[in-house]
Amino acid sequence: MEIGFVLNGRKVTAEITASTVLLDVVRDKGCYSVKRGCETSGCGLCTVWLDGTPVLSCSTLAARVEGREVTTLEGLSKEAEEFGLFLAREGGEQCGFCSPGLIMNVLAMERELDHPDLDAIKEYLAGNLCRCTGYASQLRAVEKYLARGCGNPDTRESVQPQE
Amino acid sequence: MFRAKDYRRAESLEEAYTLNQKRSNVLVGGMMWLKMGNGQKGTVIDLSGLGLDGIEEDGEQFSIGCMCSLRKLETHEGLNTYFGGIFRECTRHIVGTQFRNGATVGGSMAGRFGFSDILTCLLVTDAYVELYKGGTVPLARFAREGCGRDILVRVLVKKDKRRAAYVTQRNSQTDFPVIACGVAKKDGNYYVSVGARPSRADLVVRPVTGEPLADQARAAADSFTYGDNMRAGGEYRKHLAQVYIRRLMEQLEQEER
Amino acid sequence: MKVKKQYVGAPVIKKDAMALVTGKPVYTEDIAPKDCLVVKVLRSPHAHALIEEMDTSHALAVDGIVAVLNWKDAPKRRFTMAGQTYPEPSPYDRLILDRRMRFVGDVAAVVAGETEEAVDLALKRIKVRYQVLEPVLDFRRAKDHPVLVHPEDNWESLCDVGADNHRNLCACGVEGEGDVDAILEACPYKVEETYHVKANQQAMMETFRTFTTMDTYGRLVVTSSTQVVFHCRRIVANALNIPKSRVRVIKPRIGGGFGAKQSAISEVYPALVTWLTGRPAMMVFTRYESQIASSPRHEMEVKVRVGADENGILQAIDIYTLSNTGAFGEHGPTTVGLSGHKSIPLYRTPRAFRFAYDVVYTNTMSAGAYRGYGATQGIFALESAVNELAEKLHMDPTVLREKNMVREGDVMPAYYGETATSCTLDKCLARAKEMIGWDEKYPCRSVGNGKVRSVGVAMAMQGSSISQVDVGSVGLKLNDDGFYTMMIGAADMGTGCDTTLAQICADCLCCDIENIVPHGVDTDVSPYDSGSYASSTAYLTGMAAMKASEAMVKKILLKGAEYLGCPPEAVDFDGERVYETGGTGVITLKDLANQIMCNNDKALEVVETRTSQVSPPPFMVGIAEIELDQETGHYDLVDYVAVVDCGTSLNPNMTRVQTEGGLGQGIGMAMFEDVTRSPGGRVYENSFMQYRLPSRMDIGRLRVEFENSYEASGPFGAKSIGEIVINTPSPAIAGAIANATGGVHIRELPMTAEKVYAGMGNLEKGKQGKSGEKPGRGAW
Repeated sequence: MEIGFVLNGRKVTAEITASTVLLDVVRDKGCYSVKRGCETSGCGLCTVWLDGTPVLSCSTLAARVEGREVTTLEGLSKEAEEFGLFLAREGGEQCGFCSPGLIMNVLAMERELDHPDLDAIKEYLAGNLCRCTGYASQLRAVEKYLARGCGNPDTRESVQPQE
Repeated sequence: MFRAKDYRRAESLEEAYTLNQKRSNVLVGGMMWLKMGNGQKGTVIDLSGLGLDGIEEDGEQFSIGCMCSLRKLETHEGLNTYFGGIFRECTRHIVGTQFRNGATVGGSMAGRFGFSDILTCLLVTDAYVELYKGGTVPLARFAREGCGRDILVRVLVKKDKRRAAYVTQRNSQTDFPVIACGVAKKDGNYYVSVGARPSRADLVVRPVTGEPLADQARAAADSFTYGDNMRAGGEYRKHLAQVYIRRLMEQLEQEER
Repeated sequence: MKVKKQYVGAPVIKKDAMALVTGKPVYTEDIAPKDCLVVKVLRSPHAHALIEEMDTSHALAVDGIVAVLNWKDAPKRRFTMAGQTYPEPSPYDRLILDRRMRFVGDVAAVVAGETEEAVDLALKRIKVRYQVLEPVLDFRRAKDHPVLVHPEDNWESLCDVGADNHRNLCACGVEGEGDVDAILEACPYKVEETYHVKANQQAMMETFRTFTTMDTYGRLVVTSSTQVVFHCRRIVANALNIPKSRVRVIKPRIGGGFGAKQSAISEVYPALVTWLTGRPAMMVFTRYESQIASSPRHEMEVKVRVGADENGILQAIDIYTLSNTGAFGEHGPTTVGLSGHKSIPLYRTPRAFRFAYDVVYTNTMSAGAYRGYGATQGIFALESAVNELAEKLHMDPTVLREKNMVREGDVMPAYYGETATSCTLDKCLARAKEMIGWDEKYPCRSVGNGKVRSVGVAMAMQGSSISQVDVGSVGLKLNDDGFYTMMIGAADMGTGCDTTLAQICADCLCCDIENIVPHGVDTDVSPYDSGSYASSTAYLTGMAAMKASEAMVKKILLKGAEYLGCPPEAVDFDGERVYETGGTGVITLKDLANQIMCNNDKALEVVETRTSQVSPPPFMVGIAEIELDQETGHYDLVDYVAVVDCGTSLNPNMTRVQTEGGLGQGIGMAMFEDVTRSPGGRVYENSFMQYRLPSRMDIGRLRVEFENSYEASGPFGAKSIGEIVINTPSPAIAGAIANATGGVHIRELPMTAEKVYAGMGNLEKGKQGKSGEKPGRGAW
């Protein structure tokens, strides 16, 4: 069967079966930021937005996406770069494999929650597993990112060498 | 992942019901659990086009559509205000936000999973399920009997002024529970549910007595059976049920004062 | 020329960071050709069986199926998948496809087809008749068991590691100094206990994956997510029994490894398909496969005897380790050594020590390399035992350590007699105590509601490269306008070595780091490097980077002098120009670099290699603070402080994240990551749903600081950091639990609430679900 949906602002069509999942469709469309890390809906690597809401594309039937809007990190490159730089300054990307899914969810959290505290941040992002970092650097990045423009910017420019 | 021949977004409950009578066809909620199967299915029946994804509130009850996401349950202000935040507590440990945006109340209920936080929590409220053919059925009965090939359309939670509390213990924060306990109090009765025993949650109703809460909690906990699974042994679970039921009773007592 | 330290020690952003955070297609699966055949394998449902017959005709008949391969199609020469320097200590005990199935999940057949659907269908249509054999599942009974895991004649052990396939022995040995038994006998205070660490999964987010193609010259090109690119070339050539000249291995970005990818887990299957069919092929492990058929930590049971005198001075340490290598011997003979070599030397005082071990084959998943590599198991055991000893002595465990810990300048008899040339373990302990507020918090205090907060401590060490074995190399090439290409053979697996090595080169060449272009690993192009493991890259390849930079500077000086028409002694180089020290002659690097492309007979290219006669240990101290519910045994990790001596933090962001990441894994291992098996040998924790990784909500506050020494043999004083950081959480948390409960010592990981509660004497022995018999089907 064929479906039509909006992928990162562009109308696309895809040939699918009744049990095709969204993850495979978006990768097929060149959105390689979307990764598969498990088969049990538990790692968060495949996070995309469906009509602006973060969902697991591994567990979303492609057929259900007909007529809807799907956003992957490729469609948020400006925001990805902005938060990504905060992440990179903390070294919080490490292997990078979980970064796109995490960033999708961080950006969703920013839109959904108003001034979340650390516990709320941890809870919102709990479904994004990372095996490299122990999460601390990522959480520092998220806190600094959310605090930007609040008179509390992190001005440290990590690429600058220390004298 | 299972494979399916056809996909059908039902245009009416009748259509969905008719399709669902065929055993090879399958109703899909959030697909979180279903996708772990490997079988061959006939038609995937999707209820997402029927406007059943919300929570409606009126003077008498909350009406939760079967396609309502766990995340909506978690964040619904009316529901959580009325019931002291138990719906937030029973959802926030479930995997992660994205998962809860996908997983549905109907899927969680219809599966009647042993680990279900949602079922355990709802059991201590005055809740019913609305079945397409079977009508409105008390939740505890549904929990025991299921609904066969019928369709669970909504969950109805009555505003009967009961106060409830909910708690779980987990080996890790986003794991299935080792034990899940809910307690509510109304009109001289304790409504006690225990899930993840590891078999499915059930409800007991016991009159409030003058005995120490520890004894009342133990008696309530002892009316359930407990078993072993990967996450813990039955004896430990029974102990946890005693402890947590008592603590929830204490919490409700304190709130009363 | 003066080395200007401007990047080393600075939190430089990783060179690949922006590509990663914007989701660029840089990983193996992202860059695979679209026409790769899908490769999957049929896995044995039995722990031990012989394939009597296999009918592949129905599978081959499936539309789109290109190959269905079994033992008849694979070379008969045994090899090891362990990524180790030749001759590998790990025995040659594998075939790509064998007739004997040695664990549940062992590979019976390989299927390749045009689509995943076709391959899945073909897998179902293979008919196998197994002769089911009795398995050896209990590693405590494996040695000299009548059932042999490897009875075959062509099993081969290349090194003298005490291996004997007719005894199910992958390795054995004993070493020591002094009369341990007599000294322990005389000790007034002793602990003698056994500690059990499970076969934990590295669980990197990117599972094992490889694609293979044939190149223009008829060579097999293996693009793989691997930590051991050069070893991988040998492994694939050995497996296929083809000349090494016919294999090329390329490493793209890797989604984590932690040692898992120090074995060639996925490479040989698509390699066999491509070699036989000439078609590009790719295999991507599912998470399920990664959980049941990969290269986890060696399950070890470590028996410790440790004794002290009345003053708490340690007199003797005796360690016996029984290690379960599983069905194959990958890393079996080597991991076990670290359980003694990286634990016993933490203490300077013992007058005698003994370290003995057996590594046994069983019909369980083959083990491999996981961060810590045996040290983790040994340190959990010894550090737990020392905490127990402190309790017997009624002594603060930090005080006991202060009296006994290794100090700078000490000779470490249990560490190959090496001297601790750089060690601030004492400062690490002092600082960690200060950070957590040890003196106020030890051993525990009530916080009301039946809850107590307590603290627990552990020390750790590791090595920095394998002394007298590992080789690290860096090549530098001067290009147009004066930028450098940095060729390395070490595999950046997210750890950031492409960047830290560039930092070293930039400082040694006095240039902007943007001027150093790292080139990831390709066996055809990169200089030889043993690979990214054994905590070797920063220390060893880092020194190679310094050496290469120095050699490059020499070449630049020579060339500059030539162009300036003066003797080489008369010029210097400041990173941007070569100039006459006593005169006015100047040539910029840019001009020099462009000029060498014309009428030049001296290549401005260098390759330098480094090996080390010693393996200087990094040291650290970890202290856990937990809050424990005395009624349920449930506890939360509230705070964890770690103070590390890694010599020099080449990049403080990287060393900090390495530490936090290692702690995270160590915490998961301590608290809930478990591996259990059915009576038939099937692993229960076969998904992320059952094998629980820590989420953000599980890890309390992590606080990391450095109390660095200076290791003169390392680059800018650096030692390793990658592995040591996983070693403290298990013993520190165990110590905290004991301090919260008045002495409940959990000696088997993970330390679940149920075990704590049982330890408090509340459950009938053997009634614990997790430790006792497991339930059957239908269990969630």
